[in-house]
Amino acid sequence: MGTLQRFPHSAKAASTNPLKMSQPLGAALAYLGVDRCMPLFHGSQGCTAFGLVLLVRHFREAIPLQTTAMDQVSTILGGYDNLEQAIRTIAERNKPALIGVATTGVTETKGEDMGGQYNSFRQRNPMLADLKLVFANTPDFAGGFEDGFSAAVTGIVEEVVQPAAATVKGQVNVLAGCHLSPGDVEELRDVIESFGLTPIFLPDLSLSMSGRQPDDFTATSLGGVTVEQIAAMGASEATLVIGEHMKVAAAALELKTDVRSIFFDRLTGLEASDRLVRTLSDLSGRPVPARLRRQRETLVDAMLDGHFFFSRKRIAVALEPDLLYAVTSFLADLGAEVIAAVSPTQAAVLEKLRAATVMVGDHSDVETLAREADLIVSNSHGRMGAARIGVPLHRMGLPMFDRLSAGLKVSVGYRGSRELLCEIGNLFLSREMDHDEHGPAAEDHDGHDKGHHCGGGSCGCSAG
Amino acid sequence: MLQEKLQDVFNEPGCATNQAKSDKERKKGCSKALKPGAAAGGCAYDGAMIVLQPIADAAHLVHGPIACLGNSWDSRGTKSSGSQLYRTGFTTDLSELDIVHGGEKKLYRAIREVVQQYDPPAVFVYQTCVPAMIGDDIEAVCKFAAKKLGKPVIPVMAPGFVGSKNLGNKMAGEALLDHVIGTVEPEVTTPTDICIVGEYNLAGELWLVKPLLDEIGIRILSCISGDGRYNEVAQAHRARLTMVVCSQALVNIGRKMQERWGIPYFEGSFYGVSDMSDTLRTMARMLVERGADKAILDRTEGVIAREESRVWRRLEPYKPRFDGKRVLLFTGGVKSWSMVTALEGAGLTIAGTSTKKSTKEDKERIKKMKGEEFHQWDDLKPRDIYKMLKDSEADIMMSGGRSQFIALKAKVPWLDLNQERHHAYAGYDGIVNLCEEIDKTLSNPIWRQVRLPAPWDGKPGEA
Repeated sequence: MGTLQRFPHSAKAASTNPLKMSQPLGAALAYLGVDRCMPLFHGSQGCTAFGLVLLVRHFREAIPLQTTAMDQVSTILGGYDNLEQAIRTIAERNKPALIGVATTGVTETKGEDMGGQYNSFRQRNPMLADLKLVFANTPDFAGGFEDGFSAAVTGIVEEVVQPAAATVKGQVNVLAGCHLSPGDVEELRDVIESFGLTPIFLPDLSLSMSGRQPDDFTATSLGGVTVEQIAAMGASEATLVIGEHMKVAAAALELKTDVRSIFFDRLTGLEASDRLVRTLSDLSGRPVPARLRRQRETLVDAMLDGHFFFSRKRIAVALEPDLLYAVTSFLADLGAEVIAAVSPTQAAVLEKLRAATVMVGDHSDVETLAREADLIVSNSHGRMGAARIGVPLHRMGLPMFDRLSAGLKVSVGYRGSRELLCEIGNLFLSREMDHDEHGPAAEDHDGHDKGHHCGGGSCGCSAG
Repeated sequence: MLQEKLQDVFNEPGCATNQAKSDKERKKGCSKALKPGAAAGGCAYDGAMIVLQPIADAAHLVHGPIACLGNSWDSRGTKSSGSQLYRTGFTTDLSELDIVHGGEKKLYRAIREVVQQYDPPAVFVYQTCVPAMIGDDIEAVCKFAAKKLGKPVIPVMAPGFVGSKNLGNKMAGEALLDHVIGTVEPEVTTPTDICIVGEYNLAGELWLVKPLLDEIGIRILSCISGDGRYNEVAQAHRARLTMVVCSQALVNIGRKMQERWGIPYFEGSFYGVSDMSDTLRTMARMLVERGADKAILDRTEGVIAREESRVWRRLEPYKPRFDGKRVLLFTGGVKSWSMVTALEGAGLTIAGTSTKKSTKEDKERIKKMKGEEFHQWDDLKPRDIYKMLKDSEADIMMSGGRSQFIALKAKVPWLDLNQERHHAYAGYDGIVNLCEEIDKTLSNPIWRQVRLPAPWDGKPGEA
């Protein structure tokens, strides 16, 4: 993706405690949001094993993920035979509706021609014509997780979506970026359906990665958007595009179907949620349901109750670009100062960040930049650095292996924004309460004004 | 060069499986051919990291694109009592430009940064597929860096595509033999110094064994590599005896240390009551054969007698609770089988096992222990395991993390036996820990609840 501005990159030759994850892993996650899918890494078996373990630890779910098991010889001679054998084996054993291939550093360094291999495979395997095949170029040595996710979604659109003659009233597409958790997608479905609209999410992680209880064993993904639904996306009234990194897929979808795109840079925060709700009301021609009206009031109330704890708080955030943008913007909306925003990769959205320092770096950069911070927001890998500098960590993004239900966290819409606000607010609140209770006695309070410290007494402690 | 090393490793005379093969078979290597589209498991680089990363005060630098470290770091449960540097992930994070220009200079700069900033006693540099393909000579870079920076910089030549995790274990062993072991002399040596190979101190297991060795008077001069320190590993050649724990993976270290420094080795296990006692006895006997004070024999017997009676007494309360409970044991190799006697002693019934990773001898041994009718499956598909559990052919499954969700989705209790686990099962106390964990999960009240039909599925009044 063309990036207009390059942000300062950590000058180190040794990336230390990496924040970045590889492109194929992002592609795998996108594929997992398609029903009866098997993601396949075209590379050495280790590429798959590591990705698998990371996703298993995050979601606490079985993760279907296969490998073309390239060895030294096939790497040098070319990987087509391995790829063909892998696809045939998976098709025969697991009967998937879609196989999503992601290349790796191994096959990309060799320069495997994926377009050519796609054509060869189709020619040589006419009996598998019904099987949907997506080949995404996702080299480990360029871009990162978000780019891989974007490449896979674009690939799915190009392979599966069909132009439609007629529009289905009330049907809307949602291109759901990787900054949306399965819980976020579920929340969006509720919101969209409450206007009587029928959403098709691509990908739909809420149906596959949210703790399903299968009746029988499945080797492929269980749940997610079906291939038939994706094919029918051409008949939708509009496409809601969530996140900058979904724009390429949105362009591909528009080109193929003429369905108009409506872009949302984020869905976290009051104004961002207002925009979503207004759009849905316009699309459906229906008034906003009472439940959403109540949720808006609750969010406004939480902002009023919580703003004491956010004002001028110094926060360092290190997340994948679009999530980084959503979270830093929301924190700024609440009066906090984002002192550092660290992204694992260059991305166009970084230009829009409101932060004192924006850089492309790793967790060790966060550790340096956050020494004076009141809070770090990052994935679970951030915990060791945060502990070393004694700054609390709020976990977001992926991987989050030391929390239950990592995939079901909600941070979009009125309800999700309120939850995020309260979770972070509670961290500040409990730290202040702890400080008061365990700190020095009132008379030698080293100049701290208790009332001021507790955020204008709103926590109730000034009454005591 | 890498090819020669691989052939050398494939030719391991210390490995019984290997010696049973014909010359031709042996040349092909020990890793089974992987089937594209139906393969599972880690690569050689993964295996090398497993062996070396527990060396806690060293820096571990991965030369490759982000996937190799970025997707895998901070995921292993090996513990250190001191330095935590091994938990910091370092990688050259090769980009497109590095691949065009070659990654050697960046690698050197990365090594220099790590040395300047963290001052570790040594840096391990891991080769991965991409730099191996573009021809980065990391051995030369390491040599240069070592000279320039005055620190050992050890190349670990196990790029992922050369083979399996097991092969990577061996290649890590070779790196230690070529560059580390024998490079540092210990300040003091004793006649009871031992070297333990293939113990990674997962969940702190080594600490369940060490106090017993201390009591007997056996000193762990170096452990490869649980709770390891670089200098301790480097002085392993002064041990009087080597114990090889995970026999298949690292027997090359034991054998070559015998060849080079005349140190005898034996294969032992810390898992299970009888294996633990056998290990302690063998250790003491072999040390005495090499001139250690005979008094350790009596002390060993004393410790064994006390610990064994204690462990059986502590397992007693589990017997009635475990009565009639059937275990499905899915894990390769001998490790888990060392535990079987102890589990049976506590009242559990072993319903069957997979022997995918087991050797011929393992299978014979299991047959001998359990009789001909005992279920041994060579290659059980996940779907079949799921069906067996659904049909309640077992009350609990014990396996590695990979099959965790097969059991949980079948709503059957499951216990982790592999490297991701959080509980220590080694030694005498470890077996009691294991039984406690089994009992905790078996007796948890959720199992009845999660199997209830949903209100819309059950008959009225039932739900």
